[in-house]
Amino acid sequence: MRIPPRLTQAGAFVILGSATLLTLAVLAFIIGFVLQKGLPVLSLRFLFTNPQDMGRAGGILPMVVGTVLLPVLAVTLATPLGVGTAVFLTEYTRESRVTRLIRFGTDCLAGIPSIIFGLFGFIFFVTTLRMGWSILSGGLTLAFMILPTIIRTSEEAVKAVPKSFREVSFSLGATRWQTVRKVVLPNALPGIVTGVMLGVARSIEETAVVIFTAGSALRMPTSLLDSTRTMAVHFYILAREGISTENAYGTAATLVILILAVNLLAYWLMHRVMAKRS
Amino acid sequence: MKPKFDIQGLSVYFHRVPYLRSVHLTVPVNRILGIIGPSGSGKTTFLRALNRMNELEPDSHVEGAALLDGRDIYHPKYDVVGLRKKVGMVFALPVALPMSIYDNVVYGPRLSGSQRHRQDGLVETSLKAAFLWDEVKDRLKTSALRLSGGQQQRLCLARTLALEPEVILLDEPCSGLDPISTGKIEEALTLLKERYTIILVTNNTKQAARISNEVAFFLMGEMVEAGPTERIFTRPGDKRTNDYITGRFG
Amino acid sequence: MKLIGEKGVRGILLGIAFSALSALLLIALFIMSEGLPFMFRYGLKGFLFSSEWQPEIGKFGIFPMIVSSLWVTLGAMAIGGPLGVAGAVFLTEFVPRSVMRVVKPITELLAGIPSVVYGFIGVIVLAPLIRGHLGGPGLSVLAGSVVLGIMILPTVISISIDSILAVPQSYREGSLALGATTWQTVHMVTVKAARSGIIASIILAMGRALGETMAVIMVAGNSVKIPHSPLDSVRTLTANIALEMGYATGLHRQALFATGVVLFVMIMVLNIVAGLAIRKRVGKK
Repeated sequence: MRIPPRLTQAGAFVILGSATLLTLAVLAFIIGFVLQKGLPVLSLRFLFTNPQDMGRAGGILPMVVGTVLLPVLAVTLATPLGVGTAVFLTEYTRESRVTRLIRFGTDCLAGIPSIIFGLFGFIFFVTTLRMGWSILSGGLTLAFMILPTIIRTSEEAVKAVPKSFREVSFSLGATRWQTVRKVVLPNALPGIVTGVMLGVARSIEETAVVIFTAGSALRMPTSLLDSTRTMAVHFYILAREGISTENAYGTAATLVILILAVNLLAYWLMHRVMAKRS
Repeated sequence: MKPKFDIQGLSVYFHRVPYLRSVHLTVPVNRILGIIGPSGSGKTTFLRALNRMNELEPDSHVEGAALLDGRDIYHPKYDVVGLRKKVGMVFALPVALPMSIYDNVVYGPRLSGSQRHRQDGLVETSLKAAFLWDEVKDRLKTSALRLSGGQQQRLCLARTLALEPEVILLDEPCSGLDPISTGKIEEALTLLKERYTIILVTNNTKQAARISNEVAFFLMGEMVEAGPTERIFTRPGDKRTNDYITGRFG
Repeated sequence: MKLIGEKGVRGILLGIAFSALSALLLIALFIMSEGLPFMFRYGLKGFLFSSEWQPEIGKFGIFPMIVSSLWVTLGAMAIGGPLGVAGAVFLTEFVPRSVMRVVKPITELLAGIPSVVYGFIGVIVLAPLIRGHLGGPGLSVLAGSVVLGIMILPTVISISIDSILAVPQSYREGSLALGATTWQTVHMVTVKAARSGIIASIILAMGRALGETMAVIMVAGNSVKIPHSPLDSVRTLTANIALEMGYATGLHRQALFATGVVLFVMIMVLNIVAGLAIRKRVGKK
């Protein structure tokens, strides 16, 4: 039996549309569910007091601190390395075996699952380098993890700077490094920042890596060598051990809002860059 | 009088293919030399060879010599960065850097660490010499991207002048501009030749006839002939020059 | 900076550019140095193909985990793949571009939600549903597949959209000019042309699913056994490592690193296959 094309067209529209709606519905459900259960728990007190009784009561201040410190440390290390790599690949070489090797390394690094980063961070930073479970170990491991993202976005941002800008700079007697510093990088900045934000978002949501490298201490960290717990880790422990479903939801809500905010900021920035180009 | 530029058998290759073949030419000081010829004849390649901009292309290779004030700029020890400050360039498409008008003009001088107190004066002189000062003097700190095409091109000229070069190279600077902007630039160049040596590549033979003192005709990577403007346009030595000037081919 | 000079700057940047490669080598080195000796000492066959995982008596067979990982991943593929491709096709061919430009980033937000949140919702919402309607403990292969399937949606949708957009408009116009409807054009021309990109996105997503840890720990049950039905509780390779690393010592720890090596190899293979598929697409154009 041949179904008339009009019917298959309509049918396809409905089926494919439903699939899309399903995807969006799931997203809405997840965010809605977390926020619905978690927002009531969320308050300034929740965010700014210390946990009590293993997290059954009290707030999540140390976790907020940890969630801020780890990505900051990771980004501080990964950004110069990532931008430097991007600048080198675009400005200082032509495509060659060397560049292909560098790209291969970057792509492979991007494909490594987080649990392996966790293992690596544990055996290298925590054990071999004797840093112990600490913010330092966690931040350094996370830096490795987000490096490929920053390299990729930075390279795209640098490539997007028009060639004519560089030509003009050279013709005015600038060296290559001066041109990079004064013309290329300032123009590529929004794109670079977008990549950095994506790296931050990734660090915030990472759990396996953090547990294996920064540990899960509840106390407020006082130095880079202290162990700490991020909100994601705290949520995991609260939920899994069944310590406090309420606080788990509160932590989850904070986490989701934070990540959404960072992602939205990154996209808004990216759109501003696009708009400026056209 | 010693020529500013003495080009001796200059050839330029890209990917082993010759784009410019054995050019011999002297450029007198404080004159405007117009370079004419159809597209693809090597005019731009020649111009860019004079401030070693060709080197920015991959796999480029140069033979022969180009003497600036008696010294070969292609000598391995010659300071390329310094060369580009001595020999400034204005491109065909106006490329204003995405900064304020002020910052555009002082970009070059700042690179060599000019002093703050000199900069204001430098900006004013340069913009005046490019016939742009009156139009922008009240908005020096606004973005240069807001200027019209003609204004941007004059800005590029001012930017080059701010480096206080000795030679100014211009690659079809008026190609996209309206007649009024073109006129302003031509007026500026005519005044500027008193203090600078100017080499102007142009597709517009009438422009060359209007403002240049000497003319060189390029065809297919070779320089066919060169001489005073008046002579080239009235009694050209080579038939090809005559054909080009009279519009037999374009 | 003046002291270093241009050559110095280039040298420094060259060194920096190798940081990613160095990191990769460092990671490979340390993981392998902990895992490989164990694999050879214990015996590759016994490690990979034995079903006995009892660290207390020195038995380290990870076959059940390998099988479980594969099942959960394939299940995720079965759920996320079609859903993702359907969404991508709908968003590129059936709605105006402006709608796609808004919805695509929104689906990418799905990627931003932490895996632990996914896992938790799976436990609270999905597992009881499975347990109630289909039986079994609820925490199962099925639960893992569903959760992972949803987690890989952004990857599949995003890359598939890019692949479909890359199909030249002339293909579509040629088909439509012959009187085909949009749907006919889509399934006879456009999707076929974008096929390698779409497949690459699915393979890439498989790699991500294989490597996912936190969500599966919470939702797949973690029993060490070979699953006979989607309702069985299973433990994946990643879960195995994460659960036992905290207290493992000596040979046990090395076995976990060796598990990591196996995982690493599996994912690398997938990524290379995906890369080849993408390259084929670029080459074909």
